[in-house]
Amino acid sequence: MQINEQNDFRPTVVAFCCNWCSYAGADLAGNNRLSYPADVKIIRVPCSCRVNPMFLLRAFGRGADGVILCGCHPGDCHYTTGNYFTRRRMTALFSMLSYLGIERQRMRVEWVSAAEGAKFAAVMKAFCETVRELGPSRRLEDLRCRK
Amino acid sequence: MQRIGVFVCHCGTNIAATVDVGAVADAVRGEWGVVYAADYPYMCSQTGQRMIIDAVKEHALTALVICSCSPRMHEATFRRTAQAAGINPYMIEIANIREQCSWVHKDIASATEKAIVLARAAIAKVHLNTPLTPGQSAVTKRALVIGGGIAGIQTALDIAEAGFPVDIVEREPTIGGKMAQLDKTFPTLDCAACILTPKMVDAAQHENIRILSYAEVVEVGGFVGNFHVKIKKKPRYVKEDLCTGCGICTEKCPQKQVPNAFNLNMDTHRAIYIPFAQAVPKVAVIDPDACNMLKNGKCGVCARVCSAGAIDYRQEPETIEEEYGAIVAATGYNPIPMDAFDEYAYSLSPDVITSLELERLTNAAGPTQGQLQRPSDGRHPHTVVFVQCVGSRCSADARRGKEYCSKICCMYTAKHAMLIRDKYPDTEVYVFYIDVRTPGKNFDEFQRRAVEEYGVHYIKGMVGRVTPQGEVLRVQASDLLNGRQMNVDADLVVLAAAIEPDKSARALATKLNASMDTNDFFTEAHPKLRPVESPTAGVFLSGTCQGPKDIPETVAQASAAAAKVIGLLSKQTLLGNPCVAQSDPMLCSGCAQCAGVCPAGAISYEDKEFRMPDRSMKVRRVACVNAAVCLGCGACTVACPSGAMDLQGFKNDQIMAEVDAICK
Repeated sequence: MQINEQNDFRPTVVAFCCNWCSYAGADLAGNNRLSYPADVKIIRVPCSCRVNPMFLLRAFGRGADGVILCGCHPGDCHYTTGNYFTRRRMTALFSMLSYLGIERQRMRVEWVSAAEGAKFAAVMKAFCETVRELGPSRRLEDLRCRK
Repeated sequence: MQRIGVFVCHCGTNIAATVDVGAVADAVRGEWGVVYAADYPYMCSQTGQRMIIDAVKEHALTALVICSCSPRMHEATFRRTAQAAGINPYMIEIANIREQCSWVHKDIASATEKAIVLARAAIAKVHLNTPLTPGQSAVTKRALVIGGGIAGIQTALDIAEAGFPVDIVEREPTIGGKMAQLDKTFPTLDCAACILTPKMVDAAQHENIRILSYAEVVEVGGFVGNFHVKIKKKPRYVKEDLCTGCGICTEKCPQKQVPNAFNLNMDTHRAIYIPFAQAVPKVAVIDPDACNMLKNGKCGVCARVCSAGAIDYRQEPETIEEEYGAIVAATGYNPIPMDAFDEYAYSLSPDVITSLELERLTNAAGPTQGQLQRPSDGRHPHTVVFVQCVGSRCSADARRGKEYCSKICCMYTAKHAMLIRDKYPDTEVYVFYIDVRTPGKNFDEFQRRAVEEYGVHYIKGMVGRVTPQGEVLRVQASDLLNGRQMNVDADLVVLAAAIEPDKSARALATKLNASMDTNDFFTEAHPKLRPVESPTAGVFLSGTCQGPKDIPETVAQASAAAAKVIGLLSKQTLLGNPCVAQSDPMLCSGCAQCAGVCPAGAISYEDKEFRMPDRSMKVRRVACVNAAVCLGCGACTVACPSGAMDLQGFKNDQIMAEVDAICK
């Protein structure tokens, strides 16, 4: 990969956000005008446990450079136990990422509550920076989707 | 195929300043399925909604995409618009291009690009939307108020007045809460008991109110309109229906050295006691840790003197199960412990007290019958120092105290200072503060009176250390406005301790599935527009459990919460959330993975007959979701190995379509 390409590289980052906490946290970041890179595109889900690990792999397969999943803090799930399932499922997925050849840092799970607008912006900023440094993700790229 | 209309909102300049809305409309116009795209300054206005309705009719639209503010703001609005236009309200998707785009990005080019991507994702999703019809459920016309302080009492009274039965669950033996412990209230200097106790009596006498005192909520199940709650009533060892509250037992009990929690342990009561004179219910209660009879079976004096025969040493905890349509959390606050603030010598000297302790000391029903005396020697203090912001407005890295302002301390300190100067003009009063914050009706005037009329010394600066030296307390402080260090020899030091949510609130929030912020205050559904509702449907918030508040604000919020509850209970039926899980019996193998992860127990199994290719019939066990119970979290959809389980409104292919559109 050329270094030049990395410098003005704009990653595609997909963020899955739980409707009850992180999505509201993202709204709060908006209300407070706390900026983060426009590379982040948010998909609203009712709970982080709605996110099938397949969705994350699908994103990588379709050309995402980073995928982040945000849910409520453990113990705070609107549905009592949803984020515990998320935690376990994502742990399993993490251990598979290196097998698939995807850098571990391209995927992240974060707990952001509805009151943590500042944390949401900070997490997105840091994650985009990490992904930008890693450069484009090519490993799972579907050749039919190449731009 | 859907015929999609895309409507891009300018939101005045909120969106249009950073997102080229015209370009967004132009960009999506060519998308597959999009037959109409337009932008308008205010999509949520009546004209904007009219425009949507007209476009639906004119272009025979079957699905809508609105690019506007967060769906948390206006999804309901646009669902109604869709319905008015004659299409299913669930055939809309909202692309959040304000909170999650125009407000967080500054560069017009990249913000516009992102808005287009978000619009495309919404279009991709809405292609796969299906018309949904919410189920209906009945409403149990009974409310539960958790906490019997002024907030809970006011909420219960308002709901009861509207004609609905209410239960108040109070952890202590009496209702009244913190307000019952106060002496006077700012800014009018009303006596707290004089204005609270009539309300307590009203609550006790109201035919629609049942007070479950000395009780706690153990379990909450169900959902809005149909909560099932288990309440545990602790044993008082006194029969509530027989006790007349005469108080003879509390005079004859030989066990005298029980710390009096109502007076913040500054004096003692007997092992059998009535918390205070105006307690409601006025029924004695035995402290099982102090009672000789309960500990070792030797005594029984109270049973002998009780003419009503109300004493029952064998009383057991009682579990009450009840159905409720709405639940109000009114769990209140506590001053934070002073352990982390040793520089003020709270643990070293009994003459360093908190403001709530001062309330008891100045209260006529308190341990000193309202005479201001030093707890150590009973002497009248001639110099009193108030320290403001003890634990409030601490920086995050201080690792102690709270970051927020406790809001009420400036006012109650002004009240205390004024009352002391009024009753004891020979007493010098100093108040050390960081800022004086007294917004509110007649609040600032009140604080100025303390300075101007009563000559209270307000000194801007924090107290560094309080050192007990013989009989006095040496207070070392800085006087910032005069740029000097000060030493004051005080007889009494009063700490304005920060307030925090009651410790029980966290456990209650877990039972209610209600969310909390990092300080353990309950989160409201919207900080400005839905301040008395929790994001969890059917759970409402009253008083300081939602944030620091004074009494007028608490009462206002309590009545607001009651209004919301009355609105809910007045409905005959409630519309459910149609975005629930659904299992495809053809794909389901009946493995029961889904039932294992369901938090609501909404999944059951039934035998279903299938016609096989050879026309024979075969019975198979398949999953079946009870739509009225399903919460719509989607845990089962991921657990399902065969892909039979899907979540309406957030179907696998819908989310995948969004992913694809974003990554394209």
